[in-house]
Amino acid sequence: MRTRILKLIEEDCKLTARDIAAMLGESEETVAAELAAMEKEHVICGYTTIIDWDKTDEEFVTAIIELRVTPQRGEGFDKIADRIINYPEVDTVYLMSGGYDFAVIVKGKTMKEVALFVANKLAPMEAVVGTATHFVLKKHKEHGVGITNITKSERLAVMP
Amino acid sequence: MRNPLSETIIQIKPSGIRKFFDIVSEMPDAISLGVGEPDFDTPWHVRDEGIYALEKGRTFYTSNSGLKELREEICKYYTRKFQASYDPIHECLITVGGSEGIDIALRAMLDPGDEVIIPEPCYVSYLPCVELTHGVPVHLPLKAENEFRLTAEELEAAITDKTKVVILPFPNNPTGAIMERSDLEQVAKVIIEHDLYVLSDEIYAELSYKDKHVSIASLPGMRDRTIVINGFSKAYAMTGWRLGYALAPQIICEQMTKIHQFAIMCAPTNSQYAAIDAIKNGDKDIEMMVQAYDQRRHFLLQSFKEMGLECFEPYGAFYVFPSIKQFGMSSDDFALELLQKEKVAVVPGTAFGDCGEGFLRISYAYSIEELKEALGRIRHFIETL
Repeated sequence: MRTRILKLIEEDCKLTARDIAAMLGESEETVAAELAAMEKEHVICGYTTIIDWDKTDEEFVTAIIELRVTPQRGEGFDKIADRIINYPEVDTVYLMSGGYDFAVIVKGKTMKEVALFVANKLAPMEAVVGTATHFVLKKHKEHGVGITNITKSERLAVMP
Repeated sequence: MRNPLSETIIQIKPSGIRKFFDIVSEMPDAISLGVGEPDFDTPWHVRDEGIYALEKGRTFYTSNSGLKELREEICKYYTRKFQASYDPIHECLITVGGSEGIDIALRAMLDPGDEVIIPEPCYVSYLPCVELTHGVPVHLPLKAENEFRLTAEELEAAITDKTKVVILPFPNNPTGAIMERSDLEQVAKVIIEHDLYVLSDEIYAELSYKDKHVSIASLPGMRDRTIVINGFSKAYAMTGWRLGYALAPQIICEQMTKIHQFAIMCAPTNSQYAAIDAIKNGDKDIEMMVQAYDQRRHFLLQSFKEMGLECFEPYGAFYVFPSIKQFGMSSDDFALELLQKEKVAVVPGTAFGDCGEGFLRISYAYSIEELKEALGRIRHFIETL
């Protein structure tokens, strides 16, 4: 049942326990208890919103930074990751296979602010041997939701 | 001037849905639960294949029966999913939607005066298609207490020595009713005993929420008496591509192909190429959509229960068919008043046969959000009655 609940709220976290219970044919109490348990166990780590900030007056930039690092003896990559995720500027950190080690998504007010963060905080870290910063120009799809292709349904209102 | 029209066509009543559609289309802010097509887009890989076919210049007629590869895939699919085997070369015809299949199957089989048993409530096109062939439609009203399934006794009682064809529209539009294996076995006995043919409209086969759909063609002795109608509209969310198919014994399929050849030529080529991809690689898409429909179905039934609206649990298609008899209004009045007062469009049960009186068809081919809003309004409406 956990997977079924998670799949539903992954798409719409506004669904109430009552809605989910009705959709899955379970009792509201059972679903509420599962949700609470999963929050406690950090299976559910938080709830977020997909926002098209371009439609607001708010101005900020997002960058994807490739980080190449030297893993530390005995600690691998985790110790470095633990340090990187502490910066509030850092939104997301992935350990990667391939040409570089970490993909770090950073948000800032301006390009300059992000560039300075990389230059002053990330690049000088002992283990970091190289960075490459890519700025996001336009967001087309996020979390499985198309941002730029929202169209109105053309279905007719009543059909046999 | 002479009357330009045929007496036959004048006698045929226009679809009851049409009238309602005209009212709804004047109300742009109405929420509609009246749609009979999926709310999902055609899966992208299928659309992509359609685009690719156009880029490759695949814009010519196909053979009358349709692309051989598509027919082969359809026959494989029917064997794999429903254990009914038809020969792709002689027993499979690609049609313009399931609707064309219904029309030409009846035209291939009926002579004037032949009786066709039509279990109702049902989809709106069987009746006029029978009338157009000068066949005689025999209405068989199904009962809510049987969950709108067809019983052997009901069928037996409707049979005369003129009966030739029985329509078997399950999973059913508008009731959502299904026929399980045991139901079909009883009905099949009667059909074989009276030497009848079955037009089994299985367009909603994939949308079954209890067990897997059972095709009557898979029962012993039934394959050679069954014309299966199916298509891509509901299972793959491909309504606008207009693509269906018929599986029928060679002797019938040949004659259907003849009519199709003269009236249609061939089904849209582009749609046929896209459909090959759908049927080969679409199982996952179906699974995803079925799961979503099933959740909405549960959601609706639970909401009806809470508001005291009586409804049997339908296990197929994407419709529920609640009873409104407790309110002492006709289906038409109820639907009209609901539309005017709360701006929610549902279809009166009577659009699908007289025995749909006292019921509404509510489609759940809508997002949970839309259903929630509409149900809130329905609840409000009921409270004011």
